[in-house]
Amino acid sequence: MPKLIKLIGDASGPNFGAEWAEDGFVHVGDDDALPEGDVILSLARFQAEGEILLSNSRRVGVRIEPDQEVEALAYDLPHLSVVALSFPKYRDGRAYTSARLLRERLGFTGEVRAVGDVLQEQAGFMVRCGFDAFEPNDGATPEAWTKAAHRFRHVYQRAADSRRVAFEERAV
Amino acid sequence: MYRYDAIDREFLTDRSNEFRHQVARRLAGELTEDQFKPLRLMNGLYLQLHAYMLRVAIPYGSLNSRQVRRLAWIGRTYDKGYGHFTTRQNLQFHWIKLKDVPDILDAMAEVDLHAIQTSGNCIRNVTADPYAGATAEEIDDPRVWSEILRQWSTLHPEFSFLPRKFKIAVTGALTDRAAVKTHDIGLFLRKGREGEIGFEVVVGGGQGRTPYIAQTIRSYLPSEHLLSYVEAILRVYNRHGRRDNIYKARIKILVAALGIEEFTRQVEEEWGKINAERADLPAAEQARIRAAFAQPNFETLPAVSEAFEAARAASPALQRFVRNNVKPHKVPGYTIVEVSLKAIGQTPGDATADQLDVVADLGERYSLDDIRVTHAQNLVLPHVKLDDLPAVHAALEAAGLATANIDLASDIIACPGLDYCALANARAIPIAQDIAKTFADPDRAEKIGELKIKISGCINACGHHHVAHIGILGVDKKGEEFYQLSLGGSGAEDASIGKILGPGLSAEKVAPAIDALVETYLHIRTGGERFLDTYRRVGLEPFKEAVYAQAD
Repeated sequence: MPKLIKLIGDASGPNFGAEWAEDGFVHVGDDDALPEGDVILSLARFQAEGEILLSNSRRVGVRIEPDQEVEALAYDLPHLSVVALSFPKYRDGRAYTSARLLRERLGFTGEVRAVGDVLQEQAGFMVRCGFDAFEPNDGATPEAWTKAAHRFRHVYQRAADSRRVAFEERAV
Repeated sequence: MYRYDAIDREFLTDRSNEFRHQVARRLAGELTEDQFKPLRLMNGLYLQLHAYMLRVAIPYGSLNSRQVRRLAWIGRTYDKGYGHFTTRQNLQFHWIKLKDVPDILDAMAEVDLHAIQTSGNCIRNVTADPYAGATAEEIDDPRVWSEILRQWSTLHPEFSFLPRKFKIAVTGALTDRAAVKTHDIGLFLRKGREGEIGFEVVVGGGQGRTPYIAQTIRSYLPSEHLLSYVEAILRVYNRHGRRDNIYKARIKILVAALGIEEFTRQVEEEWGKINAERADLPAAEQARIRAAFAQPNFETLPAVSEAFEAARAASPALQRFVRNNVKPHKVPGYTIVEVSLKAIGQTPGDATADQLDVVADLGERYSLDDIRVTHAQNLVLPHVKLDDLPAVHAALEAAGLATANIDLASDIIACPGLDYCALANARAIPIAQDIAKTFADPDRAEKIGELKIKISGCINACGHHHVAHIGILGVDKKGEEFYQLSLGGSGAEDASIGKILGPGLSAEKVAPAIDALVETYLHIRTGGERFLDTYRRVGLEPFKEAVYAQAD
């Protein structure tokens, strides 16, 4: 089972960091039997079975592939604990847009998790787009993740995080 | 000019440290070439046929003398004593050792230079009119907006893994010297009804194997909404651009597939959902950046310089230089001087370290410390006093930099081709040299007039052959280099894609074929027609006959 890294603290604050987290969720394939407990399902399975699952006393997450639009979840987001955004290849940058839309447009406050081809080189971009949980597949530790996410002291554009942008630093 | 502040400098330091760490991991074997490749590409480092190539970003083609001197020093210290200016106003070093790259990046950072986003599937270095701030035709200074876009696009968290590379160009003049319509996004500054500033936004231009001229997506965008609108375009592209086929991944393919109406509808819909207050640049920051490009303190000078007129009268060489390389400036008594990097027999766009030092000195002494790079691979001294023109010309002449051929037949654009590039199918440089020699007679070249010949060594079209008056594409036919000619393209305000003339020619037949094309043109041109105008009037046929009758 892949290990889970979660952010702690506010990205713009002094206590920002990352740590190993207990992953209570099980990724469930479309043909798998449904286990007990908290689950992450494909969009198709969620659309078929989600209503029943949400009425159980368990937490539900949905996995969104890059060619699926996060807007499809708009009405269900208040009931979802996790949206897992998939990187089939790390070069596929669609999930960055999905993450920003979840945070900035759809107001999702649950966990946005990066799954798939997730490398520490992406950490800075991911954190800025609103991801707060990661299943790295390059063996990255939370320490490496924190370092990579904070490699740059300055950023030039607004995104989904609360970091102060260069022009805001200048205005002070 | 824009000066880096502490924030910009710390950013470059962080970038340089990051890459030093990555290079160390690669050299220690902790990263495979496969894993390292995307990381080095994000820093402009390519692995070519013989060595690493480092592409230095020159935002909107603008440099000061200190930066030019530093590039000369890098060329001398880490390369073979020269650099190569590209069709995107950048500079490439072709003989770089991997172990030296972190030190080179540090040396560049000291003078506010970097290689960020000169490669990879991200928003590339923004290009602009090289006459910005000097030409009278300008509605507004494109450097202001290019710098705004440079900062905004630098390590953009959402748009650093696009389907494919993404190029933006800006011009404030009606004459298009930045090939704006061949870009993914092209921005033409326009005046609104009340005199306010805005943009005509064009989208989906590009070259490569499927060339397109960009189409207008918005005829007027208020300038303060530039960033939110560009964000909307990028977001639609990032979500819907093709990722299954590298050759169909540019935005031009998406625009063509959807049609400009549907693409526009999607962008406008997305734009409507963006919180412009957050996405657009605050007015104060815009003003800060604009102030960096405030008009320098030009002297009040008479429009006619007696010193210059006397020197000109005595020197036919200066007369020729003025006819071809000197352009009108917005301020009386000043001129824009183009420095040709197309001396006959030279590699187009190459400058030796010594030549760079000469240009740096001239820029510092005579051009308000301002030096520009053109997409045609030449340099510009944008603010030279007429009084100083004789001295500037003499110094350029002494350095082999006074070739009076701007926009003439020997001012050829060429990519590095098979002499350097791992992608190339054929050589481009020797072909350019052959053609330049054919048109070496300056009287004949002037008689022919404006003629834009451009050569690419492969279908990726870095040499802009699709938008050349005469385009030349190198292809590989069973291990032999062949060259396909096309006519009638233009990368300027009258942009168009050239049409293929006929079957490919072997290398030694290219220059004679171009000569035959030109003779045909001289024969049938009327009035003040340029080669391009004559072609547009008469079509391919007479030219086809001239080349293939001779080839048989």
